Amino acid sequence: MTATMHAHKAQDSNAVFPMPARGPLSAELMTLLSSAPDDADPAPGLALAVESAIAAAESTTRDEDIQLSMFVLYGLHYGSFASVSAEWEWQPSLVAARTALERAFEAELRATIDVPEPPQPTRAAVAQALSALTTAEGGPSLSRYVAKQATEEQLGEFLMQRSVYTLREADPHSWAIPRLTGRVKAALVEIQTDEYGSGRFARMHSEIFATTMRSFGLESRYGHYVADVPAITLASLNVMSMFGLNRRLRGAIVGHLAAFEMTSSIPNGMYARGFSRLGYGTEVTAYFDEHVAADAVHEQIAAHDLAGALAEDEPELLGDILFGAAACLVVDGWAGSHMLDAWTAGRSSLREER
Amino acid sequence: MSAGASAAADDAATITPYPDGPLIVRGDFEILSPDGEPIPGGRRTVALCRCGVSSIKPFCDGTHKLVKFRTGDN
Repeated sequence: MTATMHAHKAQDSNAVFPMPARGPLSAELMTLLSSAPDDADPAPGLALAVESAIAAAESTTRDEDIQLSMFVLYGLHYGSFASVSAEWEWQPSLVAARTALERAFEAELRATIDVPEPPQPTRAAVAQALSALTTAEGGPSLSRYVAKQATEEQLGEFLMQRSVYTLREADPHSWAIPRLTGRVKAALVEIQTDEYGSGRFARMHSEIFATTMRSFGLESRYGHYVADVPAITLASLNVMSMFGLNRRLRGAIVGHLAAFEMTSSIPNGMYARGFSRLGYGTEVTAYFDEHVAADAVHEQIAAHDLAGALAEDEPELLGDILFGAAACLVVDGWAGSHMLDAWTAGRSSLREER
Repeated sequence: MSAGASAAADDAATITPYPDGPLIVRGDFEILSPDGEPIPGGRRTVALCRCGVSSIKPFCDGTHKLVKFRTGDN
């Protein structure tokens, strides 16, 4: 059997567990989940640890302990850790811990992020509002830096940071499929079908990205670099998981996907240029090239047929559609700025301690 | 209508001009070069450039946003 075939086995797509804790709460979770759940309340101290972590955090979005803990709790639903008992997934203390962390995280995002005034709840008006939001002039651009200046080492860091989401690309938004109905569900499926390569394994975007990582000389096993990435990178994924996994936030996950797709084609063209500039061939750039064409399709569907149609069908979700879109732009913007700031200051964007 | 005819109608190609954006093509279609050679789109639904500035023509690469392409229908 070849090494390539090994890399395709399901168990290889699981993160190593436990991983290094980043504070009292994540330490408690690592210990707890290393054993099987008990019949009695197996986590008597967890609620208090969650409360203390939230009280101690200056910002839940940037708190290492909280974001790693949320990543671990969502990992129970994704099946990110082969060695953790699946019995934990719906254990009430863990669901309560996740819910409490989500309430704090969501409240902070709603308090920090500016959401545009809602337009009329029609397809055209919502698509136009999203277009205005996603084409607003931003600050310094990560994609421009990658295209023109990033070093070999920085390109590697870029892939490592991205891998936390992209090796599971599309999964957080797929939670929304059974939570939507009618034409809106069909629009989401039209996008996700393409994300999953129309059912062809080698064409799945997550798998194309795994090929990019291996061709660059990096590990493509899911979660391999989680210990190296900071809270803000985990927050970018945790936002999607929170929006996707909570039916009450289905407007937000739809808005998130729309903003994500509407800001993807042009940056991906720049990322491809950056890797080509340093001599990497199509085995590395294929992922980015694929997203230039794919997301030019997806952004139209997402703006009009998904977000626009959802606003028409369930007008009470319009505010959350815009909140989800704004949250995507702001949180991913913070994660991008983290990399850009580190590199322009001559530092690594990865965590030093692991 | 027979089941076959209904399925054929479902698969018929559709072309939708999206406001300020590309033409989205769905269904059973084939894109050919002037010489009759197939141009693979790589996906079931494709976006065809309508603003003229895409670098991956005939497909859309999203650049219409940078040149503020307007179709005047929204």
